Amino acid sequence: MEAAMGLMRRIPPKHTETALSALLTLLPQHSSDLLSQVDQPLQVLSDIDSGKEFILCEYNRDADSYRSPWSNKYHPPLEDGALPSAELRKLEIEANDIFSIYRDQYYEGGISSVYMWEDDNEGFVACFLIKKDGSKTGHGRRGYLQEGAWDAIHVIEVGPEEEGTAHYRLTSTVMLSLTTNNDASGTFSLSGSIRREMNMDLSIQEGHLCNMGRMIEEMESKLRNSLDQVYFGKTKEMVCTLRPPSEVVMRLPET
Amino acid sequence: MADEEEAELNETQKKEIAKWFLLNSPPGEIQYVAKDVKAILDDDELYQEAASESFPLYNKSHMISLELLDRSGDVIITSFGELGKNEFLDPRTAQVAIIDHVKQVCTEVRPAMDEELPSPYIEEFRCALDAEILKYISEAYPKGVCSVYCGSGKDVEGPGSDFELVVVISAARHSPQNFCNGSWRSVWNIEFKDDIQLVELSGKLLVGAHYFEEGNVQLDAKHECKDSTIIQSAEDCAISVASIIRHHETEYLASLEASYSNLPDTTFKDLRRKLPVTRTLFPWHNTMQFSLTRDISKELGIGK
Repeated sequence: MEAAMGLMRRIPPKHTETALSALLTLLPQHSSDLLSQVDQPLQVLSDIDSGKEFILCEYNRDADSYRSPWSNKYHPPLEDGALPSAELRKLEIEANDIFSIYRDQYYEGGISSVYMWEDDNEGFVACFLIKKDGSKTGHGRRGYLQEGAWDAIHVIEVGPEEEGTAHYRLTSTVMLSLTTNNDASGTFSLSGSIRREMNMDLSIQEGHLCNMGRMIEEMESKLRNSLDQVYFGKTKEMVCTLRPPSEVVMRLPET
Repeated sequence: MADEEEAELNETQKKEIAKWFLLNSPPGEIQYVAKDVKAILDDDELYQEAASESFPLYNKSHMISLELLDRSGDVIITSFGELGKNEFLDPRTAQVAIIDHVKQVCTEVRPAMDEELPSPYIEEFRCALDAEILKYISEAYPKGVCSVYCGSGKDVEGPGSDFELVVVISAARHSPQNFCNGSWRSVWNIEFKDDIQLVELSGKLLVGAHYFEEGNVQLDAKHECKDSTIIQSAEDCAISVASIIRHHETEYLASLEASYSNLPDTTFKDLRRKLPVTRTLFPWHNTMQFSLTRDISKELGIGK
């Protein structure tokens, strides 16, 4: 298992799906560990009732069907598929509505889905998913990207309420790839995945949704920022170490 | 179910999977990948087979450079210098390195035989170009190595026939302690066309970088370009070819830097903005009102 995770750290992120299925084939005895520890690109289905698309993940899956957050129905239809309690479903509906607006403001397009379910210690778990295709042919407003994908998975475990506060544990993963292609500069492709955790105790006065939303917003900004500044920055630094820009080379003999 | 699949998975399939992982190793990381693949396969014989088939392909496609046994320089592992399965020509020293692909070391060196080397006429062009490229490399690539091979027409004895030289530049930097590896590879095919008295160049540049501290982010960039110059004396050809290569590679580096600086505000923005379209943080505390305004703007047909 350790070796499998070691490989996932090295294999190009754009090959994640192939790598995961290869590992599942070699290590069937670890399949549940692999599926829970390796994040894979999100898939989408269309809700038959509303026509709206929803995102598939382990958390809205029962047998081979997936529950849509819009109609609360399983696709393909499944009798006795697990459903959240009426109260939690109400929160789920609200979360999906608000999160759609949030998604539209930051992503200018894309698809989002929120799933909630009760957990064993009197709290609940919520999973917020966003999938954005930023390519020219997808939802790329500016049309710079030949190919561009951003998948975000946020899982929040919410502890039981104690004296007006609750504990929130957020685990977030962002997987992205972007490729530009033109005659002058050829193909330029960056792909990556990072996962981070955040823990907070917050007053529930303004409601769970407000707390979860703020945590996700803060986390997404942090992740975007570190991808941009740190991760992309480090690869750029590497390129400039391999072949320093000419100004540097020109300056060297003089100093 | 799982047991059945395991039984059905035959040795060949397992080996193919192992090879896939090895061949997809980032620059400079195949030894680490190999260690993990070996642990997962848990079958030494099968691993050895997979490794002996994958390493030669990886070494050649990544154009790794190995130090010659006598420390007289480096040999680049490429298909252009491949004489036998484990034998690679170093044209500069006219030596043949015998290497161990899996260990990635040179184990023996022998002088090249006459039939393995180009004619004196070709060698004059090759050697002159090698000297110019070497000069360029030492200025532009702190850790770069280069070789000039004869791609075709090595037995041409004088003017009147076509021939081809190949310039290979390989620069790698591995700093696993900083979670960062990278490589720059250039291959320039230089065709000397006698009938039109032109030297035609076509270059393929490949740049890769991997940063993996608490994450996995990789750059993969490719570029192809073409240019030409007129056939002159060996020395003059060498100077103009080297300056064309320098020019294109410098421009390419500048375009890579431009791609990076365009990221935050253009390309990356098409995935996710830094701030919402409203330029203020999302009003989570006031979402009731927010969805109300959205309904109103919908009714009025403004925005979405």
